[in-house]
Amino acid sequence: MIEAVWGWPPPVLDPAGPYSAQVTTLSWALFALGVFVTGVVVVALWVAIKGPPNWKANLGGERAIWIGGVAFPGVVLTALLIWGLTLTASLTEPIRGDEMRIRVTGEMWWFRVEYLDPDGAVMMVDANEIHIPVDTPVVLELESADVIHSFWVPHLSGKKDMIPGRRTLLRIEADRAGEFGGVCAEYCGGQHALMGFIAVVHEPAAWQSWLADRMDTLANAAEPVAQESQRYPGDADLYPTEAEYLERYDARRGYDLFMETGCAACHRIAGSEANGLAGPDLTHIASRRSLGAGILPNHRGTLIGWIGDSQSIKPGNRMPSYDRLSAEDLGHIAAFLELQK
Amino acid sequence: MVSSDRGKAIVATVLALGASSVVSGCKDPVQTRYEPSDAAKSRGLVAIEKTGCGSCHEIPGVEWPRGRLGPSLAGFDDVGLIAGKLPNRPGLLAAFIRNAPAIKPGSTMPPMPVTDAEAQDVASYLYGLDSD
Repeated sequence: MIEAVWGWPPPVLDPAGPYSAQVTTLSWALFALGVFVTGVVVVALWVAIKGPPNWKANLGGERAIWIGGVAFPGVVLTALLIWGLTLTASLTEPIRGDEMRIRVTGEMWWFRVEYLDPDGAVMMVDANEIHIPVDTPVVLELESADVIHSFWVPHLSGKKDMIPGRRTLLRIEADRAGEFGGVCAEYCGGQHALMGFIAVVHEPAAWQSWLADRMDTLANAAEPVAQESQRYPGDADLYPTEAEYLERYDARRGYDLFMETGCAACHRIAGSEANGLAGPDLTHIASRRSLGAGILPNHRGTLIGWIGDSQSIKPGNRMPSYDRLSAEDLGHIAAFLELQK
Repeated sequence: MVSSDRGKAIVATVLALGASSVVSGCKDPVQTRYEPSDAAKSRGLVAIEKTGCGSCHEIPGVEWPRGRLGPSLAGFDDVGLIAGKLPNRPGLLAAFIRNAPAIKPGSTMPPMPVTDAEAQDVASYLYGLDSD
């Protein structure tokens, strides 16, 4: 369904960076070689079954076995190995240490994202989405909180496993701006297929301003989170007066509900009392592209649907369905979350 | 013999009359209320998938998600009232899809990020869902 939103499933042979470009080149070479070998086998079969007798004799002779069975694969596979390792050498180059670092932790079934400052301290937390500048190598510290997952944004690099108790490093780089889908590529339980991810690649200036916005949000987060309300685009004619609007979507009331009904026990919002760490950090939820880990578009309707009955959308996920909340309360909470940019 | 033939004839006549009265007593099957064009229906499905209507509604033709917070929309062509409140007519349905709370105050369904044209296409798709 997400195809209409940002290209799902992500195309695997459309590189958008140097690391994935090498993987793609190697893939095409292997496909071509596979086609060639299959062709040779089919022709040999035809000769063996229907070919002229002298061809058959040649094919079954000792010479054919030495050439086709030993020399040919020996030469081709050795050449392929050397070429393949040379081509993809940069994938395993040692990490320099001065690259920008983002820690991505696989959880059942979403991705925790932590941006690290040059000292390795966490400076910003997000989920299911990373933002990186174009033409800049970024090192991902991949970890897992539960089972083995695998991180894969096909446009940007190959796959890398996320293993509990271990930290693996993956370098990615994009050579064009855009939004690229990613997936968990290692079966990790019931909703593995609904564990998605988006990498947003910005032009350098746009990335700087994005980062400044985020830092600004965090710096001001100590102030009360939702004093004001904000009208949803398109609501303008619906509620002629502020009072009518607030009766339905009151972010202040949503804030209280968020703290009272248990949301805050699992979700953190920087600067508020909500400090749960079990679920995705919601400090910037309103600016994410997706809900539910890369699976739903993010707007008020999907937000209410997810809060009210996430179990019908992604059965077995760790968030219970809040279908005991009234329509009004769901609306208030959604209005509050929409302010968390 | 003769009386037996007449008896058969009477029975046949009665059966024929009975059958014809049964047939004429039947109404035609319930008609499809609206018959939207295929183009509108397929545009509607694209809008439904893009918007994620399935987050709250089970919609035939949408494999995932099949959310249950809101009502299932199966057989929507045969539904009497939209959201139990409004006559099920295309104009009202499109308006409801776009701005539910404006038309039914108190609805859990919020305004949807779709254009007027998309809302009409979504309505077309829903009228293509027929359970009879």
